[in-house]
Amino acid sequence: MSEQTSVPVVSRQTQPSQIQPHQAPAQRKPLFSLDNRYIAPAFITCILLAGHLSFGILESYQKTLLAIVTSILLELVLGRIFFQKWIHPASAYITGISVGILIRSPAFWPYALCSAISITSKYVLRVKGRHIWNPSNFGISVMLFLAAETVATLSIQWGNYLLPMLVIWVLGSVIIWRLRRFHITGIYIASFIAFAFLRSWMTGSPWQSEIAPITGPMYQLFIFFMITDPKTTVRSKRGQCLVVFLVAVVEMVLRLYQVVYAPFYALFVVGPTAMLVEIWLDSRRSNATKLTVAQ
Amino acid sequence: MTGNRVAKFFLVLFFIGLLATPFVIKRMSAAREADKSRTDAKTALARHGFYLEEVSHAAGINFVHQSPKLDPKLDPIMPEVASMGASVSIVDFDRDGWPDIYVTNSAIGSKNALYRNMHDGTFKDVASEMGIADVNQPGTGVSTGAVWGDYDNDGYEDLFLIKWGRPELYHNDHGHGFTRVTEQAGLPPWINANTAIWFDYDGDGLLDLFVGGYYSEDIDLWHLTTTRIMPDSFEYAKNGGRKYLFHNLGNGKFEEVSAQLGINSRRWSLAAAAADLRGSGHPDLFVANDYGVSELYFNDGKKFHDVGEQTGVGFAPKSGMNAAFGDILNQGRYAVYVSNISEDGILIQGNNLWVPKEGTAANAVKYQNLARDFGVELGGWSFGAQFGDLNNDGTLDLYLTNGYISLDHNRSYWYDFSKVAGGNSTIIGDAKNWPAFEGRSLSGYQSKRVWLNDGAGKFIDVAQAIGATDTYDGRSVALVDLWNRGALDVVVANQNGPLLVYKNTVAPENQWIEFELEGTGSSHSGSNRSAIGAQVTLFWNGQRQVQEVSGGSGFAAQNDRRLHFGLGRNPHIEKAIIRWPSGKVQTIDQPAANQLHKMKEPA
Repeated sequence: MSEQTSVPVVSRQTQPSQIQPHQAPAQRKPLFSLDNRYIAPAFITCILLAGHLSFGILESYQKTLLAIVTSILLELVLGRIFFQKWIHPASAYITGISVGILIRSPAFWPYALCSAISITSKYVLRVKGRHIWNPSNFGISVMLFLAAETVATLSIQWGNYLLPMLVIWVLGSVIIWRLRRFHITGIYIASFIAFAFLRSWMTGSPWQSEIAPITGPMYQLFIFFMITDPKTTVRSKRGQCLVVFLVAVVEMVLRLYQVVYAPFYALFVVGPTAMLVEIWLDSRRSNATKLTVAQ
Repeated sequence: MTGNRVAKFFLVLFFIGLLATPFVIKRMSAAREADKSRTDAKTALARHGFYLEEVSHAAGINFVHQSPKLDPKLDPIMPEVASMGASVSIVDFDRDGWPDIYVTNSAIGSKNALYRNMHDGTFKDVASEMGIADVNQPGTGVSTGAVWGDYDNDGYEDLFLIKWGRPELYHNDHGHGFTRVTEQAGLPPWINANTAIWFDYDGDGLLDLFVGGYYSEDIDLWHLTTTRIMPDSFEYAKNGGRKYLFHNLGNGKFEEVSAQLGINSRRWSLAAAAADLRGSGHPDLFVANDYGVSELYFNDGKKFHDVGEQTGVGFAPKSGMNAAFGDILNQGRYAVYVSNISEDGILIQGNNLWVPKEGTAANAVKYQNLARDFGVELGGWSFGAQFGDLNNDGTLDLYLTNGYISLDHNRSYWYDFSKVAGGNSTIIGDAKNWPAFEGRSLSGYQSKRVWLNDGAGKFIDVAQAIGATDTYDGRSVALVDLWNRGALDVVVANQNGPLLVYKNTVAPENQWIEFELEGTGSSHSGSNRSAIGAQVTLFWNGQRQVQEVSGGSGFAAQNDRRLHFGLGRNPHIEKAIIRWPSGKVQTIDQPAANQLHKMKEPA
């Protein structure tokens, strides 16, 4: 969801079959009159504001602002250079705000750097016109790899209380449903819970401790904003279900090795791999079609 | 995607540059960072102006702290829930002019120790004969800290024993022994606390007592009726122990007045300290809380006002474990140091150095966290810290101890910790939901920090170079000139570890001055006899530094009440101004350097 508006029109035109969730079916009365392009930014902003006003989750407005501004400015500049147009800033805003919420560092520079890496990755790490990593997932994973002594991610904010989590889950589910991507979130949650019980059985840890991460705030952003990103998920619904299940599988394995940031790394590995497979399959189909036409 | 090849080339180059940035920053900060090389004493003396030598055994101190063993229901996570209790406080209990050391033990049946200074470089444990050793008896809980203050103004420091259990007040019988007066004083039957301080909040010449609860006071940790005793949030918990403010009535009794004076908090307090932060003449109260924000209470002499958010210190929740004041810039204003948790790649809270913002003062004072700018931000799982001029160069340095649980070197509990810490309150709040420790470490075997203040806004870690090389699970730090030599020695209490005494040798060209203050003890117009809250502002060589006699600071610690100022080379001391808690101001013109000045409050 986070990068649904990120790929410029040029790219969309090259992929006519891609799901465009912001275009609601004509026959269905929309639940919201708000342009879907703004739903995700509005939602994540609400999460941020609710979290901050209720719990003061932002250590510093300036850091979050730095992440957002860096993200938007870089998107505008790179879009101008490489697509000769001003890219709509909604996607960059989501990337920036995700970085601003998820990254935790006492320093300022990681916020700017993480946003910059996230946005630039969209322009550099491309295969056949498509960027293959969710930008903020890429940026955060890279920061955790390369700047571990300065950066951690949010995992403990939001007060650990039920009510704010429920509100975010309900709102998020409605919006994700509206965008026809709830199956991704649903499959992931079901898989995570099943694997949590499996891990508990395997390791002897209390099942509550295995379930605990998904009740925390980091996962809410992960579930609603990262794994649902249309531009970095495969196109078919069945494929999306399979991929998100594989994300949960890889996360399960990483968790058995006690990797703290297992979900980020699982998506980091599985997401692009799935994209590459799909691109390869597309290419094969295209070649086969050309061959048929030629014959 | 369009764009010419040159643009794409530069884009890729830019991307590579972004990815390389963390390495560059790491190299740059490493270059200007600490002096991590171990050096010999001579080199350390030449390079940093001092070195530390651990002399506990030679000084006759062989104390090893023992952690409590709580209810068996907590066995799986016992190392975590029983991870505090080691503490050290400095007192001259017999008024012989030589500082003594009191240390707590925390296993049921274990004994606390009072090391009497024998004036010859050695100490002798006299706690048993004085009646304050066997204080961890079954059914009474265990010690977690101690603070000393002359609550009845008889000239001898009395002992408040902080416990997970029955708090105790011991009256000092003129240095010949101690009498337990807990019931007469009217103290509550049970508090699970890690911090307490003596201070005279209302300026009546009688020391009052603040106690900050950690676990809720209705929990007997040895006989649990439920395992729901843990914080209900890692950063916003409000289900900890209550706070107590015991007003000294002057007849050996205390009255609990926290709620009516504006202190209503159930955050998990770990450290408290009081100082006059605004020049109001009344001590303000700073409380560092685990699992939440710090609290700052302005005191108008009659009521406390929670100004944490207003001043900026109570905004970002962390894991506060220390509160210490220091005039680090020699500007006559205190900064506050709060320690937190930093573990590479997992949790980077960073310690806080709250420095008053330029242009803000009095009730409008605002604080900004300059720990990163000053270089005192990252100290691992940080616990006790104290400011003191370790090399007598005229600026306050910072000694920090750290390390949480050192068990198996190769296996860490961090994964399980982070997993549960992020979970819903119903999960995190119940001890039975926490995975078993199974002998793993959690931020263990950490190197300590000794940050030298360069006087220009930077602190450099020289711990390894000057000899602070231990890796025990440090908790409590106290600074004291143990042998009246004009050098601040360092005493460190370690959880499940030995009491360390670091003897300090300072370059002789750096001079010093010390003040020992004594109030009149008159409850009409005088100050408390301990002079807790008295401020000395020293003016020399065109600069000034303020220090205040403290009734407890750091983590479960109390420095020597004598104030120590380093002066640097060739000092010209203009004057020292003493502001007594009573409000009286006393000026000493051109006090001599390299001397201890014993000052009594004018009648």
